[in-house]
Amino acid sequence: MTDDIRQLIKEFGRLPVDVDTLATDADLYQAGMSSHASVNLMLAIEDHFDVEFPDRMLTRGVFESIDAIAAALTELGVQVPA
Amino acid sequence: MAGFRAATPDQAAFLAELVDAGKLIATRVPGIYGRSGAFEDVATAVAALVTAAAAPETPERMAFPPVLPRHDLESVGYLKSFPHLAGSIFGFDGGEADAAEQYERASRHHPWDEHQAMTDLVLTPAACYPVYPAIAARGPLPAGGITVDAGSAYVFRHEPSGDPARMQMFHQREIVRIGEPEVVASWRDTWRDRAVELLGSLQLAVSLDLATDPFFGRSGRMLAASQREQALKFEVVVDIAGPEPTAVASFNYHQDHFASVYGIELADGSEAHTACLGFGLERITLALFRTHGLDASAWPAAVRERLW
Repeated sequence: MTDDIRQLIKEFGRLPVDVDTLATDADLYQAGMSSHASVNLMLAIEDHFDVEFPDRMLTRGVFESIDAIAAALTELGVQVPA
Repeated sequence: MAGFRAATPDQAAFLAELVDAGKLIATRVPGIYGRSGAFEDVATAVAALVTAAAAPETPERMAFPPVLPRHDLESVGYLKSFPHLAGSIFGFDGGEADAAEQYERASRHHPWDEHQAMTDLVLTPAACYPVYPAIAARGPLPAGGITVDAGSAYVFRHEPSGDPARMQMFHQREIVRIGEPEVVASWRDTWRDRAVELLGSLQLAVSLDLATDPFFGRSGRMLAASQREQALKFEVVVDIAGPEPTAVASFNYHQDHFASVYGIELADGSEAHTACLGFGLERITLALFRTHGLDASAWPAAVRERLW
């Protein structure tokens, strides 16, 4: 799952740094992700994993790191491939 | 009518009172009003108070018409954040037969949009929008950045409502600060506090609230949450017509949003940050009428002295 998330961050996060070098707990906002980019990322993640984030998850914190996004997806029942 | 927001009983009663007293002049469309001389006298005096409060900063003055190049609205992402509020200008695009058909339909008040095409203009949604491309075009900012007094321009929000305080076209008295991030952030905070004092001196029962913009849809909920978490927007609110207090001034820290769109650079070549503040002249005027009565000559002496 984290590889897919990392790929989506590359495509939609518009980060000024190399996404491959980011730790899974690295703060994406600190790394330069704008609020508008985080919305694009949110929509891309919904599309890719075929989920819809409930309103309570539409916050800055949920999209703050690869780990945070993975935790939210897990909570929504997205299965981690074995 | 798309998106019409009906007035609460209190709002409807206040609007009727304003129209009956000749303060506002009703038109066929909710949220579009003429203003009487008495109304304009107050709004003009409020604008002058803001001008005086900004004077020590010696801002550069700019004034723009209430239309914006469509390209600028597209560039700043307005149609993503606020597609429901935008007003786009269309113009006739056809031949003589099309014109005749259009006229015939229009005469019957039937839809006549078939031979209309987008122009390169939209209605200005915020008075500061024309300032950013104008500043960017000059190249890197001088040391210390710049403060621009964008005057009091008419702005448009497509949100028809029966609440007299929710006009579709109204004046924003805006000032813009562009510079180093910490300079811009502290400027926003200083003005936020100054505005509470300024409006308080008019004996309005104002308070300061953390606020969010009316972003559209689910993406908008996330943008609003993000804006709130970062405390990017504050509003001064006051009771005008119930049930909720109404925002009469806002203080907005955009971080690098506008600077990155237009490439506004600091003297050292790094990216600038921007902030703006806007006083809603009609809303402040309405708050004064609601608080002190419709006859301005009978307002408390201290309020009159402050204004005139």
